[in-house]
Amino acid sequence: MEKANADKYVQLEHVDMTFNTKKGTFNALKGINLNIKEGEFISIIGHSGCGKSTVLNLIAGLLQPSEGLLFCAGREIAGPGPERAVVFQNHSLLPWLTCFENVYLAVERVFSTETKAQLEARTHAAIELVGLSHSSDKRPNEISGGMKQRVGIARALAMEPKVLLLDEPFGALDALTRANLQDELMKIMAKSGCTAVMVTHDVDEAVLLSDRVVMMTNGPSATIGEILEVKLPRPRARLALAEDQEYNHLRSEVLRFLYERHAKKSA
Amino acid sequence: MTNTVNKIMPTAKPFSLSSSRSLNTQAYRFFGWVLPPIFGLFLLVVIWALIAEHTPELPGPIKTWVSAVELFSDPFYDHGINDKGVGWNILASLQRVGLGFGLAALIGIPLGFIIGRFEFVARMTAPVISLLRPVSPLAWLPIGLLVFKAANPAAIWVIFISAVWPMIINTAVGVSKVPQDYMNVAKVLNLSEWKIVTKILFPFVLPYMMTGVRLSIGVAWLVIVAAEMLTGGVGIGFWVWDEWNNLNVEHIIIAIFIVGIVGLLLELMLTQIAKRFSYE
Repeated sequence: MEKANADKYVQLEHVDMTFNTKKGTFNALKGINLNIKEGEFISIIGHSGCGKSTVLNLIAGLLQPSEGLLFCAGREIAGPGPERAVVFQNHSLLPWLTCFENVYLAVERVFSTETKAQLEARTHAAIELVGLSHSSDKRPNEISGGMKQRVGIARALAMEPKVLLLDEPFGALDALTRANLQDELMKIMAKSGCTAVMVTHDVDEAVLLSDRVVMMTNGPSATIGEILEVKLPRPRARLALAEDQEYNHLRSEVLRFLYERHAKKSA
Repeated sequence: MTNTVNKIMPTAKPFSLSSSRSLNTQAYRFFGWVLPPIFGLFLLVVIWALIAEHTPELPGPIKTWVSAVELFSDPFYDHGINDKGVGWNILASLQRVGLGFGLAALIGIPLGFIIGRFEFVARMTAPVISLLRPVSPLAWLPIGLLVFKAANPAAIWVIFISAVWPMIINTAVGVSKVPQDYMNVAKVLNLSEWKIVTKILFPFVLPYMMTGVRLSIGVAWLVIVAAEMLTGGVGIGFWVWDEWNNLNVEHIIIAIFIVGIVGLLLELMLTQIAKRFSYE
């Protein structure tokens, strides 16, 4: 296979997305162009309804674009694939399976040539990575929301994806749990080195975690308004950054984009 | 009682008070739970007795009870084809219901899965189901007799046709209600159709399916009595008809109770099975 350009690991070219609804066609996205580098952490931020989740679903292969092309590692994205794992907003664990079985389901499919012992070892490793070894035999309704989201992350990481797609992964969690999980996600991403695309509506989260923040204009026909480079050194510490000038400057840049230039009229 | 305890051991007051109170609430709850049904059944017997008092042809509760004791003292006698014990009749009916119901499950549940999974099949089968479902199961009996040329398979056929609809419909509804989130998980994990069925659809649909199964067994047991009245042979329905010809009204009333109790037990059994399969 042709070696993919590391600067254009994930590529979106002139992507348009139109949905056919009962009231007629709805043009959600218009002319999205984005190149994501290998190992980069990208956040997509915008007001609700701007189609940021649609962008993620397009990269995931859950949706097909109406116009334009998407590539991952030099190949066109034709559907979902194991090299692009998704962490869903509402964790989407299967309630009748234990945490272990939920992760195993993913592992089993991706590494179908391995033995059962190897698959189990992979599953245990993924669950340990998110610090949930003690709860691996529990069912999702027996653990907290934060723990469920950890299992969701473990399930995605266990597939050893090249690109991790996170759809408002911490949106449903309380502020403290969210901060904890953000810190852990940063550690995990540093370890695994995989590329990540995260949809969020949390400005702090976007700036803290990302290398670049993609800011989207409001829909319909939403597109990329601006891209903000976050050149803060890693590892990043939440407390130190709170006082950091550069961090606060970036933060207010995003805020200005969202609330001055592209404020949502009917909120 | 609380008072005497308090006089002897004043220090134990809070403990004895709370424990006796909880004992009282427990007893109250128990009787509150058990008394109304008993009272209801008692009322039924009283009304029955009153009606029987003024209707010379209708046997009262006591007469029926005596007859039932005699009947159940030897439920498994066998005096030839038209004179078998009540036990044999019940078993014969249960066997027919079991066969018809089993066949209905075997065909109805997979069919429900296919209908729920594929929009095309759903739209294809919708008019057929809507057309055939409201037909009285007994209307199918002549067709059964014609095709199978025997009473017993015809009765099983009627049970099948009456039991199959709730299972098809409930299973299909369950499948169509599977949250899109789970199907997205299946897509992202690239699960095979087999894994989708066994790990996502089946566990999710199971409660819906069990509702269908419970409705089915109810309908099947309801229909068997009528079907057997028409086909004859051995069975609780035929027995009712036979006793009507003998003008043995006590036995007819007993049969009504038997049908009711067996139906209740079938329903209870399936509810218990359904509880076992629930993942909550």
